[in-house]
Amino acid sequence: MTSQFVVGQDTVILGIETSCDETAAAIVMGGNDVVSSVVSSQIDVHAEFGGVVPEVASRAHLESINPVVRRAIDEAGIDERRIDAIACTVGPGLIGALLVGVSSAKALALAWDVPFVGVNHLEAHLYASFLEDPTLEFPLVVLLVSGGHTMLIEMQDHGEYRLLGRTIDDAAGEAFDKVARYLDLGYPGGPAIDRAANDGNPEAVKFPRAMMDDGLNFSFSGLKTAVVNFVRKNPTVDSVDIAASFQQAVSDVLVHKAMKAAREVGATGVVLGGGVAANSRLRADLQAACAADGIGAFLPGREMCTDNAAMIAAAGWHRLRALGPSRLDIGAFPSMPLVEAGIADG
Amino acid sequence: MWFRTTSPSDTQAFATALARVIRAGDTIVLTGEMGAGKTVVAQGIGAALGVSEPMTSPTFTLVNTYDCGNLTVHHADLYRLDRTVEVSDLALSELAEFQGVVLIEWGEAAIGEIADYLEVHIEVDLDDNEGNVREFTLDSVGSSWDRRRDALAASLEDWS
Repeated sequence: MTSQFVVGQDTVILGIETSCDETAAAIVMGGNDVVSSVVSSQIDVHAEFGGVVPEVASRAHLESINPVVRRAIDEAGIDERRIDAIACTVGPGLIGALLVGVSSAKALALAWDVPFVGVNHLEAHLYASFLEDPTLEFPLVVLLVSGGHTMLIEMQDHGEYRLLGRTIDDAAGEAFDKVARYLDLGYPGGPAIDRAANDGNPEAVKFPRAMMDDGLNFSFSGLKTAVVNFVRKNPTVDSVDIAASFQQAVSDVLVHKAMKAAREVGATGVVLGGGVAANSRLRADLQAACAADGIGAFLPGREMCTDNAAMIAAAGWHRLRALGPSRLDIGAFPSMPLVEAGIADG
Repeated sequence: MWFRTTSPSDTQAFATALARVIRAGDTIVLTGEMGAGKTVVAQGIGAALGVSEPMTSPTFTLVNTYDCGNLTVHHADLYRLDRTVEVSDLALSELAEFQGVVLIEWGEAAIGEIADYLEVHIEVDLDDNEGNVREFTLDSVGSSWDRRRDALAASLEDWS
C-alpha cells in the first residue's frame, strides 16, 4: 500500500495527539488546509471536571479518543474512506498517554488500510506556523515556549533542525503558572498574568534576567524564587505591578535570546510556538524586535500554538512525503528529543 | 533528622552526600514551598546518580526519565495534580522497580500511595536576608530506610 502512495495537495491526513493534557484529532488536507481540529477540553467529555484538570491518566485519554476522532471526522464533513493516512504523536510525553494515541492510530490505519506515520510532538510545534503561512522561507529560528518546554531551534529545511538553546531548569510557561498561583491571580497562569499585567507597571520591580549574555540557554527557576522572595519582603506591593514586572523579565530574556539566535544563523524570521506564544507582551516585544532587525515575526494564533492535532497532521504530511510511512511495530518514545527527530526509523 | 545548608552550592553538596545512601528501588519524596529548592535537590541527587544532561522541571511533563546505565532516574512532580486518582494513575511505585530511583517533587499527595520512602522536607530560613539558608527535615517510612538510618546520618554529618 505504501510504494505507490503519492503525497500531494489533496492528501487528507487524520492527526492524533495524546502526549500530554489534551486528547486531540484533526483533519488536514495537503499539509496546511485545516479542515477540522478538535481538542478534548473544547467538548464536554470532561465538562464535569471544569476542563482544567490535566488528563494525565491514560484512562482519561481512552475515554476521549474515540469521541474526539469521531468529532474531527464529522466536523470535516468527509467520509472516513477519504482519509489517506494517519499521523500520530509518538513522543515525547507520558508513556501511558502516548500509547492510547499510538494504539488507536495504528488500529485505524490497519482497519482502513492506510499508512501510519509517527510524529515528534516538538517537531509538530514547528509546523504550526506553516499551517498559517506555508510560504515561510528557511532558515528560521523557532522560539518554542510552553509549560513543558523552552527552546530555540534553527529550522534549516523541512526535517532539518538544530537545537540552539533550551532551559536548564524551569520552562517559561511553568514560571507563569507558578507565579500566578503564588500571587493568587488564578488559573491558567499565563492568561491570568497577562490580564493582571495590563494594569501594572512593568518597571515597578527589577527582577533578574538570568543568563542574558550567556549563550542561548535559559533559566527561569531563579526568577520564580526572586518573585517569592520579593513578595515575602514586600507584602504590600500591588500584585499587578509584580505580574507586569515578572512578565517583562520573561519577555526580555526570550526576545533577547531569540534575536541573538536569529542573527547568528541569518534567519529570515522568528517563529513563535507553544502556549506562552499567546502572551500579549511577548508577541508585541518580539514583533518590535524583529521589525527593528528587518526580519519576519511569525506569530500563529493561540489555538495553533497550544497542543492540537492539526500540527501533528501537518508534520505527518511533510514526514510522509519525505520519508514515507512508519512501521506499525514502532512504539512510543517518552523522552524523544527533537534533534534526531528521525523517529527510530521505519 | 535535621540539617542546614547555607547556599545553593552547599545544597548541591548536601544532595550529593544524600545520593550516596540512595540505591535502586528507592523513592525520595521532596516537599516544601515554591522556591524552597526541591528541584535543586533533585538535580543534585540525579547528577550524583549519573544523570549527565540538564534535569529540567517535570511540572508540566509530570515525569522525566533519565537512563544512567545501571540505574534509571525518574523525576516526577505532582504540583498540577489535585486528585489522588491521578496520582495513582502515574504508577509511581512501579517506576521504582527495574533498577529505578524515583524523585517526587510536591510529593505530599503520593505519600499514601507508597509503602517505603524517604521524605526530604525543605524550608527557607526567613531570618536569612539573602534567602540562601535552607533547613532540611528527613523522615522515612519502611524497613529499608530504618536499616540505613545510621548510614544516612553519617553521610550528612557535615550539615547536622
